[in-house]
Amino acid sequence: MAQDDRPLSPHLQVYRPQFTSVLSILHRMTGVALGLGALLLVYWLAAAAAGPQWFNGARAVAGSWLGWLVLVGFTWALFYHLCNGIRHLFWDIGMGFDLTVARLTGWCVVLASLALTGAAWVVGAGGLGGLP
Amino acid sequence: MNGPTAFGSRFRRLGGLGSAREGAAHWWAQRLTALALVPLVFWFVASLAALTGAGHGEVVAWLRGPIAPVMMIALLAAGFHHLQLGLAEVIEDYVHNQAAKITLIIAVKGGAALCALVSILSVLRIALGP
Repeated sequence: MAQDDRPLSPHLQVYRPQFTSVLSILHRMTGVALGLGALLLVYWLAAAAAGPQWFNGARAVAGSWLGWLVLVGFTWALFYHLCNGIRHLFWDIGMGFDLTVARLTGWCVVLASLALTGAAWVVGAGGLGGLP
Repeated sequence: MNGPTAFGSRFRRLGGLGSAREGAAHWWAQRLTALALVPLVFWFVASLAALTGAGHGEVVAWLRGPIAPVMMIALLAAGFHHLQLGLAEVIEDYVHNQAAKITLIIAVKGGAALCALVSILSVLRIALGP
């Protein structure tokens, strides 16, 4: 098997987690989580297309405290992945690789994702029906 | 890694034709969908925030507006394409059993295509409905 001859990646188990490496794995984890969140969006849209009874079912799920908690989590995952994705796009054009800059942009991503999540839910609370 | 074979594969790489013959297509598609998703996601979250607690009638009215169905379908198409590219990358990195890897990637690609189809058709049914 040619596969066995390939060089191994650094073993994550023996690496001490660092700020930048934690942000890196969070990018993947939020990406995978957003795949589950996308299923909720499909359910919501399909329910809206199916009619008011179906939609009210989806609305009841989203409007419960558990649903609200999950949606806040997904909002943060979405904004984290978006902000860190922009950081990745700058790396793709060769910018921001310096360690101090990478740490600084990392903190920007963390703070921006929290601020945007907060802003979205403040707007949401003032929306049509308000919070549940 | 010299010799005629290495030269041949290097020559192929020049034309973006690697062993899989797709070159950097996956990488580019991931970046371009990422770029498209930046404004689409901001629009999406702002719209949903404004729709918090909305009933069926309000959501239907929103999806029958001039902008929402266009943005929503663009978001779903770019989003599910981006998702399937990313999940395939994660599977390629962590699943080393060849059979399991290929099965999972096919499932992810099929599932994403199906989800995109269901959600886009739902938007169209509302937007173009009676």
